[in-house]
Amino acid sequence: MIPGRLYLPYRPLQRPARAVTVLVIGAGHAGLAMGHHLTRRGIDHAILERGEVAHAWRHERWDSLRLLTPNWQCRLPGQPYTGPDPEGFMGMPELIALLEGYARQLGSPIHTGTRVTAVRALDDGYRVETDRGAWRCRAVVIATGATQLPVVPTLAAALPPWIESLTPLAYRHPAQLPPGGVLVVGAAATGVQLADELQRSGRPVTLAVGEHLRLPRRYRGRDIQWWLERAGLLDQRFDEVEEIARARRAPSPQLVGGPSPRDLDLNALSERGVRLVGRLAGLSGTRLQFAGSLAMHCAAADLKLTRLLDNLDAWALAHGCHEALPAPERPAPTRLPTRPCLGLDLAAGEIRTVVWATGFRPDLSWLRLPVLDARGRLRHHGGVIEGAPGLYAMGLPFMRRRKSGAIHGADDDARELSDHLVAWLAGQTSRRPGRCPDRANAPA
Amino acid sequence: MQTAIQQVDNGVNVTALLGAREALAQAPEAARFTWRARCDWMMGTHSRVAVEDFHGLGEEQHHRQRFTYEVDHPEVFAAEDQGPTPVEFVLVGLAGCLTAGIAAVAQHRGIQLHSVRACVEGRMDIQGILGMDPEVRNGFDDIQVVYEIDADATRAEIEALVAQSQKRSAVYDLLTNPTHVMVSVK
Repeated sequence: MIPGRLYLPYRPLQRPARAVTVLVIGAGHAGLAMGHHLTRRGIDHAILERGEVAHAWRHERWDSLRLLTPNWQCRLPGQPYTGPDPEGFMGMPELIALLEGYARQLGSPIHTGTRVTAVRALDDGYRVETDRGAWRCRAVVIATGATQLPVVPTLAAALPPWIESLTPLAYRHPAQLPPGGVLVVGAAATGVQLADELQRSGRPVTLAVGEHLRLPRRYRGRDIQWWLERAGLLDQRFDEVEEIARARRAPSPQLVGGPSPRDLDLNALSERGVRLVGRLAGLSGTRLQFAGSLAMHCAAADLKLTRLLDNLDAWALAHGCHEALPAPERPAPTRLPTRPCLGLDLAAGEIRTVVWATGFRPDLSWLRLPVLDARGRLRHHGGVIEGAPGLYAMGLPFMRRRKSGAIHGADDDARELSDHLVAWLAGQTSRRPGRCPDRANAPA
Repeated sequence: MQTAIQQVDNGVNVTALLGAREALAQAPEAARFTWRARCDWMMGTHSRVAVEDFHGLGEEQHHRQRFTYEVDHPEVFAAEDQGPTPVEFVLVGLAGCLTAGIAAVAQHRGIQLHSVRACVEGRMDIQGILGMDPEVRNGFDDIQVVYEIDADATRAEIEALVAQSQKRSAVYDLLTNPTHVMVSVK
């Protein structure tokens, strides 16, 4: 913890910092959900937003993207989906409209066009610097998103200069890319979707596949999300799973939303002509090296999928849904080339562009607090940040529940974290006259 | 009471392994190991390799004894066949590594193993090492491992054991990913 005295000498203030009890940083679904629960509890708060409501969905997503969750699941606190197409999948315009509408009816003051540049500890809370003045508050909720910065392997810097390369944050549509072959690195949701779209655009795609999560779009006549939700998997808590760190690192499942439901697994892609290769393992001169572990990763994903479907079938049987649903089925095992390609010479000209679908991370560079681990990740216990009382996170993968990263996951997390926050504020107030800080806050 | 509980025992101390993982999370430097082999040329293609010490947990470590291995090539290579060929030692390493992983994962998952047998084959076109065709690589172009496992588990559980052991295997990783190798003369 930074001693509070440190803030005194650091610079003369141009104007007095505004004061509020709680600041929420970010007006995406997670920040807005927290705004709802703070309003409901009558906690004085404000939401700071670097751009406009749903900023990342407006400016940092590709054109064809649709949510991976069906519309009926896109609930926000106090607002179920009531539109005409519950089984459909929202594109970005619909999602932006949804969040805008939600923000308008919310009781929270939202300060758009306000970029946070630093958060520092004070004796009794936090000082939040923005490009439009400073704030003082007692608690901060970080709701800036889990996918702000692309994670790109270091070998990207060594690509030969004639190869175009881009991350999904910069990708909008296939016409942005030169004609010719594309290497898509990564086979989570983003990688398989971009591979599919680029292959359809006439650019031959090679897809580098590491550990991945295979899921069918629909199973026994229902969307897979219906199954995961009804069987309780999405509500599984972070303190119930054996290795939460690993669960939080899990790649997003190979799913796509669209006007008509379809599977987007490796079989669907290779049928379309996408070439599957192993994980991108190295670059030696101009030669890309692919790992020889493609078969292992595919076998592991197939086994995991079968295990999941077995569990879902068992759940259906135990909960009386079995008879009413179509019979269980099993997808075909992933088909692989008998001898996958282990290397490609970029000098041969076959590949013109590399797309890095290798994951994302939050941007916490403005957080001037010792709350990151050696890898730069937030140390938190279900969104309660360790070593910084009054500091919370929202919207991180598997933060409190498996659904935490999804839009509908924000409600329960915001409710529980606002409970925690209220208890902490109360404890802090009652012991304020210089008493020993016996921790009044409820455990997460 | 004592007979009612079937203890799974594959001879792997999972508690110690999990404890080590926890301890190393606090002291990641101790997790850096260096493995060594010392090789002496005997004659022809015959060498003798000794393995005795290594570095790990922050200090020098010793095997309980010095192990030595004869390495040679078979008579069809006009050699004396005083020991397995180097590429066979690679197969030895892969089989040993994956099988140890299977035992450890099975123990962790509470699966009793009765027998585990692997047949490992590495296929190679020796036109590569003979320098006859620059298009042919020196090393294996394919390795196949086939396991026969008898255990108190379903086929799917056994397949999952084999998959997990590959995921955590050092030798599997070495063979499927490039490794920086530097050879120099003192």
